[in-house]
Amino acid sequence: MTAVDFCGLRLAHPVVNGSGTFDAIAARRVFGDALLDRFPFSAFVSKTITIEPRDGNPPPRLYEAPAGMINSIGLPNKGLRGYLRDELPELAALPVALITNVMGSTSDELAELVSALDERDEVDALELNVSCPNVRTGLDIGADPRELHAVVTRLRPLTAKPLIVKLTPNTADVVAVARAAEDAGADAVSLINTLRAYAPHPTRAGAAWLGNATGGLSGPAVRAVALAQVREVAARVSIPVIGMGGVQTGLHAASMLEAGATLVAVGTENFRDPAAGTRISRELDDLFAKSGGKSGRTPGP
Amino acid sequence: MGLSGPRTLAPFGRRTLQVVERREVGAYVVLAAADPGGPMPRAGQFYMLAAAEQWGGRTDERPFLPRAFSVLRAGGGRLEFMLEAVGPGTERLAELAPGDGLHVTGPLGVGFGDPHDGRRALLCGGGVGTAPLAIWQDELLARGEPAPALLGFRDAAHAPGAGLLQNARVATDDGSHGHHGLVTDLLATELDAEDHVVVYACGPPPMLESVRAMCEQRGVPSRLALESGMACGFGACFGCVVALRAGGYLRLCVDGPVLNGELLAEVPAH
Repeated sequence: MTAVDFCGLRLAHPVVNGSGTFDAIAARRVFGDALLDRFPFSAFVSKTITIEPRDGNPPPRLYEAPAGMINSIGLPNKGLRGYLRDELPELAALPVALITNVMGSTSDELAELVSALDERDEVDALELNVSCPNVRTGLDIGADPRELHAVVTRLRPLTAKPLIVKLTPNTADVVAVARAAEDAGADAVSLINTLRAYAPHPTRAGAAWLGNATGGLSGPAVRAVALAQVREVAARVSIPVIGMGGVQTGLHAASMLEAGATLVAVGTENFRDPAAGTRISRELDDLFAKSGGKSGRTPGP
Repeated sequence: MGLSGPRTLAPFGRRTLQVVERREVGAYVVLAAADPGGPMPRAGQFYMLAAAEQWGGRTDERPFLPRAFSVLRAGGGRLEFMLEAVGPGTERLAELAPGDGLHVTGPLGVGFGDPHDGRRALLCGGGVGTAPLAIWQDELLARGEPAPALLGFRDAAHAPGAGLLQNARVATDDGSHGHHGLVTDLLATELDAEDHVVVYACGPPPMLESVRAMCEQRGVPSRLALESGMACGFGACFGCVVALRAGGYLRLCVDGPVLNGELLAEVPAH
């Protein structure tokens, strides 16, 4: 296995999960301790945690799209207190580093989340989901470089843990927001999140299929977009990049690393195969071995 | 109550089985796959299925996600599934032949719990919802418990599905077999005669809702095997949620697919 250093964390290989694409607690109920023996990721990224509990969006929440899917799940979670009380002890039992993903609709909310998680040794790093409308401006925090800069500047002093900013692709200039995150002190950026998408109702003209009308597109349909954005961002920031978007094979993961990513996240492919991360990291290893780690398919910087 | 039930743990990850038999039962296809060393599922549990080859590239470049199927029968290192070709995923699965590869993840979810309080089991199914009742009836009969079944089908082409269970009473929408009408008509008659039962039901949402409401009205416990579009089947995607009477949602894939009817204010339409 090709070990990777990521923001001071020593990871056994470069494959992690995208936030919200693998529920390790539910998976342990389904697969038992075999999950722990063969955990598919080198770090586990939690689903998004908010201050207050959320039920999530009304169903239907899924739509099968050409070569992918659209989801409008709506970030269901038990809230910060429920996470700390019920989930963190179980996630701490995983054999890998834990990255907790948080979202707030104001910088005060984000500050409360970051401060609370900073106190917990079980949490190795934090990822900010900034694909959320600012309640004041209505704009996604992560779509506006100035807004994002202000938020990350506020959060940075609150924790010494690595702070990862998950970028939204639904912005005019992803490089500008990535650079804003870096300038404000982020330790890494991750991209891409899902692309805003809409699915018409199959039988009711003019109606939306999804309960929340719009959702996010993921899967192989977005891979080419993801590679372009990862490549652009990695060339323009000096902090590590977690690349994701439609990764299904070791070769796809290698493409992300070649585009400049340090880690690769697997998302939608986990839904098709719970052990996809294991397969992809093994395939990636085979590619490294074939190339001698020197030429051809080699890891990124 | 209702949030725990019989569950066999699944081997971690997707595995590729070989199709060993494909047979047509009226308009349905029964696929059998060899699962040597695979665990014995509980009645009512399900698997996520996908063809190992050519899964994609049909109508609208689908299918992409695996499809959830209740197990029809299991044992002797073999799993059977019942399906009907109605979309790009089921069309591809229905054309699989012996020797073809079948990706499976499972068994998943929780299955049917035993009848309680001295009640007897009464099985009620509609269409492809017959599947989980077949394995459940096998288990009940093997224990010497009576397991009468009521099954509803659209028409003469689908009615042969009733042969997958023993001694089922049949209703058809077109009157070609058995009672001309709904399976819930048969259920009402049965409950009029004897209501010290637990109703185990699986079928299309309007049928399940009718069963749920009828059982609630009569104070009869119901165990409903629901279905929903789902991406993963193991709790990752949060796509298959059902609204609870008490508020909030639960994930059908990990907390179901069999739910106590009392948990629901209604069976969702999709």
